[in-house]
Amino acid sequence: MDGVYEKKRPYIKMIIMGAISASLYTFLLLKGDFVVQICAKGGVYAFLPIAMAFVFSYVHGGFTGSFWSVLGVDAKKTKGVK
Amino acid sequence: MHDIAPQLSNFIELNWIIVTYLFFVGFVGGLVSGFIGSGGAFVLTPAMMSLGVPGLVAVASNMCHKFPKALVGAIKRAKYGQVDLKLGLIFGIFAEAGVMYGAHVQEVIKNTFGNDGSNLYVSVIFVLVLGIVGTYVLKDAYGTYRSGTTEAKEKTTKIARWVQSVNIPIPGTMIYFRSLNAKISILFIIPLAFATGLLAATIAVGGFIGVPSMIYVLGAPSIMASATELVVAFVMGFGGSLKYAIHGLVDIRLAMIILAGSLFGVQLGAIGTTYVKAYMIKVVMGLIMVIVLFSRGLMVPVYMSHLGLIQPITEGTQKILKNTSFAIMLFALFLGAFIVLKAIWQGLREERMAAKEVMSPGKI
Repeated sequence: MDGVYEKKRPYIKMIIMGAISASLYTFLLLKGDFVVQICAKGGVYAFLPIAMAFVFSYVHGGFTGSFWSVLGVDAKKTKGVK
Repeated sequence: MHDIAPQLSNFIELNWIIVTYLFFVGFVGGLVSGFIGSGGAFVLTPAMMSLGVPGLVAVASNMCHKFPKALVGAIKRAKYGQVDLKLGLIFGIFAEAGVMYGAHVQEVIKNTFGNDGSNLYVSVIFVLVLGIVGTYVLKDAYGTYRSGTTEAKEKTTKIARWVQSVNIPIPGTMIYFRSLNAKISILFIIPLAFATGLLAATIAVGGFIGVPSMIYVLGAPSIMASATELVVAFVMGFGGSLKYAIHGLVDIRLAMIILAGSLFGVQLGAIGTTYVKAYMIKVVMGLIMVIVLFSRGLMVPVYMSHLGLIQPITEGTQKILKNTSFAIMLFALFLGAFIVLKAIWQGLREERMAAKEVMSPGKI
């Protein structure tokens, strides 16, 4: 049987983070021109691309991490090389 | 730089082909970065420029995807106990100084010798640094492989042992680092970090100096050096992104699309490090460096002919050289990604087989 190495897989996290990530990307692609124009103003608007980078990395990073776990691609169980 | 932003307001139109292309290149770049701590950036900037993105916007957008990617990769690898945060932050701060100085040098060269002079400078640095460091890294990895000591703990180099033995009695400069399991003077870190920043400002991949210097000069294990480089990349990338964002040069759509792919890659690359023997980090890094060296080396005659240093090269030949150079660069990245994926695949298979044997010992 394949469930020899059974481990709780983060399905819920993947679905939630995936949905938020998909919404963020949909917004960015649909309203891309508007967002880019604001970012291009520079100066104090510099916070926008930086903040977006943090938000996307948190949400999408959470999604991609759980995505690989759900697929069973995880770090080696025995301690990694140091 | 302020005056440039309005001229660049015509950011490129996106379509699904561009989005898929950037996502895919981002994934492969992320995979390599997650594994060796850096890399990928040298392909992404030309990849964006090949789509018609102006050079500065390509550099800025690349930078803006790099720091969140490095952050996610660093967090992942910190979970495996591979990150020396203190070393990464200190290294990163001085590397940032190197980036600033490197950007200034670039500007002076560009103003004095024009675009071709600047390109020639970048290519020569590529060839020199990658030629020397890349060959050394690859030679070291091959030596480990041939001696059959791939399972053994990595040897600390003579120079690293000396660095770790020196005590410079300036208050507050001797610092203990977990990755080195020793106290070393911050005065040794400053020039290495500065050089890393200089290289990052010149060829976009500071890690080609950062990681080898942490391994060979400071004495950090390869796995920890490559993981710590992600912290350095985050600090450098964050500072650089902020600078470019203030000038309005970041195309956030491009940055986030590349990030979408590279976060899948960086997670996978980080997982890969737990399955390989330490010398594999050197193999992947050395191979990429040496192959990229050929890629940039091909472009040297083109820039030299533009500057009138050698006889003119025909348009057709220039185009062939340029395309071959880009193709070799892509090949380097894909080869690195292939090795990482193969290592993960083999590692997972072996682990599952071992688990099956443990679960059903009587069943053969």
